[in-house]
Amino acid sequence: MLKIKNLHARVEDKNILKGIDLNVNAGEVHAIMGPNGSGKSTLASVIAGKEEFEMQKGEITFMDEDISEMDPEERAHKGIFLSFQYPIEIPGVSVTNFIKTAINETRKSKGLEDMPAGKMLKMIKEKADLLEIDRKFLSRSLNEGFSGGEKKRNEIFQMAMLEPKLAILDETDSGLDIDALKVVANGVNKLKSADNAVVVITHYQRLLDYIVPDFVHVLMNGKIVKSGTKELAYELEEKGYDWIKEELV
Amino acid sequence: MSLKEKIVSSYIAFEDHLEDDSPIHELRNEAIKTFETNGFPTKKEEAWKYTSLNSLLKNDYSILPRKADHTIEFKDVKQYFLHDIDTYKIVFIDGVYSSFLSETTHDAVDVCLLSSALSKSKYKSVIEAYFNKAAKQDSLTSLNTAFAKEGAYIHIPKHKEVEKPIEIINFSTGNEAAILLQPRNLIVVGENAHVQIIERHQNLSNNEVLTNSVTEIFAEKRAFVDYYKIQTDNKSASLIDNTFLSQERDSNCNVHTFSFGGKLTRNNLNFFQNGEHCESTLKGITILEDKQHVDHNTLVHHIAPNCESHQDYKGIFDERSTGVFNGKIVVEKDAQKIDAFQQNNNILISDKATINSKPQLEIFADDVKCSHGCTIGQLDEDALFYMRSRGIGTKEARALLMYAFANNVLESVKIPELKRRINKLIADKIGVSLGFEL
Repeated sequence: MLKIKNLHARVEDKNILKGIDLNVNAGEVHAIMGPNGSGKSTLASVIAGKEEFEMQKGEITFMDEDISEMDPEERAHKGIFLSFQYPIEIPGVSVTNFIKTAINETRKSKGLEDMPAGKMLKMIKEKADLLEIDRKFLSRSLNEGFSGGEKKRNEIFQMAMLEPKLAILDETDSGLDIDALKVVANGVNKLKSADNAVVVITHYQRLLDYIVPDFVHVLMNGKIVKSGTKELAYELEEKGYDWIKEELV
Repeated sequence: MSLKEKIVSSYIAFEDHLEDDSPIHELRNEAIKTFETNGFPTKKEEAWKYTSLNSLLKNDYSILPRKADHTIEFKDVKQYFLHDIDTYKIVFIDGVYSSFLSETTHDAVDVCLLSSALSKSKYKSVIEAYFNKAAKQDSLTSLNTAFAKEGAYIHIPKHKEVEKPIEIINFSTGNEAAILLQPRNLIVVGENAHVQIIERHQNLSNNEVLTNSVTEIFAEKRAFVDYYKIQTDNKSASLIDNTFLSQERDSNCNVHTFSFGGKLTRNNLNFFQNGEHCESTLKGITILEDKQHVDHNTLVHHIAPNCESHQDYKGIFDERSTGVFNGKIVVEKDAQKIDAFQQNNNILISDKATINSKPQLEIFADDVKCSHGCTIGQLDEDALFYMRSRGIGTKEARALLMYAFANNVLESVKIPELKRRINKLIADKIGVSLGFEL
């Protein structure tokens, strides 16, 4: 589904990604772990199409299509979803209106009519229930004054509404207490199917107890230096990252 | 002959047609002298530093109103009215009252014409008590006073709540190659009375129109006034709006100004709080493109203690448009415990657009809360990326952000139909149609 080959990317004059290779197939869950500043969030942003990052070398294909020159909205229309580490506050636009606009814009890109209001409402209700989101919350301004946990839950709510093929969850666990983490993870698991894939970016193994990865990759200094199965995550939790550094030397 | 000379000589002709016993004849004579002495303001004056009238003063304006040769059909101007039936309407065409398009009343409240108020003896006491009492005696207001003949006259007696909004609409037809219009509105809202008023100016041709309008509003004790200015005129029309609100104790006055159109617009909006516990709200949304220019010059004069004022102006400027916000708050020595707030936020869409924002606080009392804030920025790139990553295209994302930016000004619009219309105007102005209203 997602194929990344020898990806190099930089912001301004700083090289951040220095040759990433990653293959994600439908039905898989991948975890990308690594210390601060290793390039995890940059990788997520580059896949989503953030323009301030310059892709210098390499390839990104999604569903066998080169997406490296595509606008972020086009990538979203193809089914890529990025859950932000720091969701942006947009005062004056309610959660409901935002998601309605996102869904109908995506439908428009496919030549479809707007989703009928009744169907939209039903879907909103269903997905809000899945993530244990209060109805009142949906009429609040997007992310404005939300707690860390509410912001993350709202990200997953949007993911549930948009039903992406590939979801990249960037530090979705940060700022969540254990109950919220369970709700969010449960939401992600319910949405998981043989046709879609999830990439979880995290510092900690904690989230991976609930969203169980098929593969774990360690990102350090802009490269994937080690890949393995979920056992690798436990090892990292226990021993930290230093042993990998030593292994590399 | 300069425009000023033409105006002064026109006054002599104008004066000949006045009835000698007109109660305001003496005021007119003084006013034309003030105008003659001071002329049109220039950029040398601090208050006009960023707005030049020069380009407007070159036109050979017709100064004294004449009845248009042709009439306007209601269907042609229907779009400029809020409702067919659910409002009172005071309509002028090229400065002349149109009884055909208007719906006035004398039933419990007076919603009618200044010309009748000036000529009929039953209104004499009101005219004597209020006319020209709140207006500043500056050059442009004086120019209006000299020629003041027609406009809206609204008198709401005490404890009366006007059940539907009142629309004041000034059309110009292009009957003259260039026309100077000087509507004069007098609005007196009695004790504990409530009124909602919508004002707009609409040029129906591409001929030049310069409007120098004066509106005096008196809010008596506990009166409640909601005033909306819709400035969506076409780009051959310019407007100098001089509005004065004089508030007595416990009164509440709100003025919303929506500036999306016109060539040059200058809003001189003045509030005077004469009694305790007054509340004043001044809000505006300005969205401009091309070479449009809008100058908001506000004054809130706190004379009595324990009052509040809130100012919130948002501006979005594209292409070569220019905006000015000059907000002055004066707190007199005796006006203790004042809570005065002023906010002006601007977004520049283009590199060539300009905004000059200038707060001016003159505080002579020592126990007050005054705050002001001003921002000038671009649309937030992170917010744009966030929205785009959810599938919302750049154009819609920008529009959504601009909507969101202006939204809290719309929140306080109390007439639902008006709110819907303004919403649509914003969407049209930004050039997208969003599938929802905020």
